[in-house]
Amino acid sequence: MPSISRDEVAHLAKLARLAVTEDELDLFAGQLDVILQSVATVGDIATADIPPTSHAVPLTNVFREDVVRPSLGQQQALSGAPEAEDGRFRVPRILGEEA
Amino acid sequence: MTNDLIHATAAELAAKIHSGEVSSVEVTQAHLDRIAETDGKVNAFLHVDAEGALAQARKVDADVKAGKVVSPLAGVPLALKDVMTTEGVPTTVGSKILEGWLPPYDATVTRKLKEAGVVILGKTNMDEFAMGSSTENSAYGPTHNPWDLDRIPGGSGGGSSAALAAHQAPLAIGTDTGGSIRQPGAVTGTVGVKPTYGGVSRYGLVAFSSSLDQAGPCARTVLDAALLHEIIAGHDEMDSTSINEPVPAVVAAAREGLNGDLSGVRVGVVTQFQGEGYQPGVLRSFQAAVSQLKELGAEIADVSCPSFDYALPAYYLIAPSECSSNLARFDAMRYGLRVGDDGTRSTEEVMSLTREAGFGDEVKRRIMIGTYALSSGYYDAYYGSAQKVRTLITRDFQKAFATFDVLISPTTPTTAFKIGERANDPIAMYKADLCTIPANLAGTPAMSVPSGLSDEDGLPVGLQIMAPALQDHRMYRVAAAYEAARGAFGGPSL
Repeated sequence: MPSISRDEVAHLAKLARLAVTEDELDLFAGQLDVILQSVATVGDIATADIPPTSHAVPLTNVFREDVVRPSLGQQQALSGAPEAEDGRFRVPRILGEEA
Repeated sequence: MTNDLIHATAAELAAKIHSGEVSSVEVTQAHLDRIAETDGKVNAFLHVDAEGALAQARKVDADVKAGKVVSPLAGVPLALKDVMTTEGVPTTVGSKILEGWLPPYDATVTRKLKEAGVVILGKTNMDEFAMGSSTENSAYGPTHNPWDLDRIPGGSGGGSSAALAAHQAPLAIGTDTGGSIRQPGAVTGTVGVKPTYGGVSRYGLVAFSSSLDQAGPCARTVLDAALLHEIIAGHDEMDSTSINEPVPAVVAAAREGLNGDLSGVRVGVVTQFQGEGYQPGVLRSFQAAVSQLKELGAEIADVSCPSFDYALPAYYLIAPSECSSNLARFDAMRYGLRVGDDGTRSTEEVMSLTREAGFGDEVKRRIMIGTYALSSGYYDAYYGSAQKVRTLITRDFQKAFATFDVLISPTTPTTAFKIGERANDPIAMYKADLCTIPANLAGTPAMSVPSGLSDEDGLPVGLQIMAPALQDHRMYRVAAAYEAARGAFGGPSL
C-alpha cells in the first residue's frame, strides 16, 4: 500500500503554495511514496525513552542593547522587489472576492 | 609563468605576492584567463566578476608596495559558492527564483574574505538551494568534473570543487548541509572541510536547513584549507547559532601534521561505512590510507556506530522539514521572481505560480516531504523520530570519541558517477551522502582529503576524517600528515 496518495500530494502542494501541474502530480506521487517509505525506517530505533535533538548546539536567546544601528535603507530594502510603489512593496490583492 | 601561477598553492601564491615577486593582478589575471579558457567545458562559474576581482587585486598590490601588513591570503583568488550573498553581485543559489537578484548586503563570510584581501573571482555553480549531490539540480546547467567531463563534480558545491580541480582557483568556499563540501571534494581530488557547526557564521548564507548548514573552506592542499578556515571562522553576533569560542588553531595543526608524526594519535575506523554498496576501488584506496596512517604512528582500531545506519533517513526528514519552512520566504513579494501578476490573480495565486515556475523538481520534492513530515498526524512518526535518531547519532559520536581522537571512513561510497545516471532516482542520489551526514546531524567537524585514485577507474577517492566539536585542529593535523605521506596523485588533463 502506498504511504501517500496522489490526492495527498495535491493537498501538500497546495499547503506549500506550489501550483504543480497534473503531470508533476503523477511524477511526484510515485517519488514521494518511495522516499517516505525509505525514510520511515527512523521509526525502527526511535523509542519513546530517547529525547529528541533539534539542534547540535544548545540554543539560548541572544540579546543585545536596544540601540539603533545602521541598517538597510528603504531604497536598498526595495531594490530587489518585483514591484514597488511609494517606497513600499506592491503586492497583488490580498482579499478574496467574497470579502 | 601563467602555468606556474595556476598550479601553485594558495600559500605559495601568498608568499610570492607579499614579497613582491609577483603581483596579485598577475595572479588574478592568470586565473581569469584559465576560467575563460576552460569554463565552456566545466561550467563551474555562474558569474565571473573580473572587474571586482582585479580591483581587489590592485588594492592588495598597493598595500604590499606601501609596506602595509597584509593578511595571510591577501591577493590570492577564490571561487565563492553562489549561496553566499555578495553586495551588488548576482546571487542565485542555482535557482531561477533568484535570477538577476543583486543582494543589498554581504554575507559575513563574504565580508571577512574582502577584509582579508582575498580576491573573489566569481560565484560558483551549485545544486539549487544546495539540494543535491551532483550539481545537476542547478537551474543553470550541470557542472562537469574536470577529471572526466561526462561525470558529476559532486554536489551541492560542484562548482567550487570543479573550479579547484580545473585550476581556475586555488581556494573556494562551500557549504555543507549533508556533505556538500566533502563529497564534491572527494570526487574531484580536492580538500573540503565542514567546520564545527557554529564555527563559521551563517549570516548571508541563503538558508536550506539551518540546524545543519555550515560554510567551510575548500582547497587543493590541507594547509591552504586551514589558512582559509582561520579567515572565515569566528563568532558573529549576526548569527544566533554562532559559537562564541576561540577559532581552533587549524593552521598550526596543519603545519604540525606536515612533520609526519602521528605517534599516539588514536584513529577509529567506522565499521558501518564499508562493505556492501561500496566500490571495491574506493575501499582499497581507503585501506591503503589506513596503512599509511599506521606507518605515521597512528593507533588504529575499528569502532562501531550502529545508529549511523539511520543517519540517511533521519537527514532526509530533518533537512526537508527545515527547508519547507526556510523556503517559505520565497513568496514573490519582496525579492526574486514574480509570475502571473496580471491584475486578476490574488497574492496567494501569484505566490503559487511563482514558486511553481521558480523552483526545480528536487526543491519541490523536498518542500513537499518536509510539509508532510511536519503535518499533524505524521509529525511523531517522521520528524519526531528523526530527531530521536539525531540524539542516538550524537551519542554514538560521544562514545567513539571517548576512545578515539578522530574517526575515519571513505568520504563517499563510489567515485564520481556519470551525469544523468541517478537524475531520476532520488534515493540512489541520496546515497552519495551516506558517510558524510552523521557529522552534520551531530554538528561535529569533518573533512575530506584525497586518498589518491581508485585503481579500477582512475578517478579520485576521498578519505573522511571526523573530530569532536571544536576540535577541528585534530583532523587538520592528521590530514596534513597523511597528505604528505600520500604524495602527488596526478591531476585532470583539461
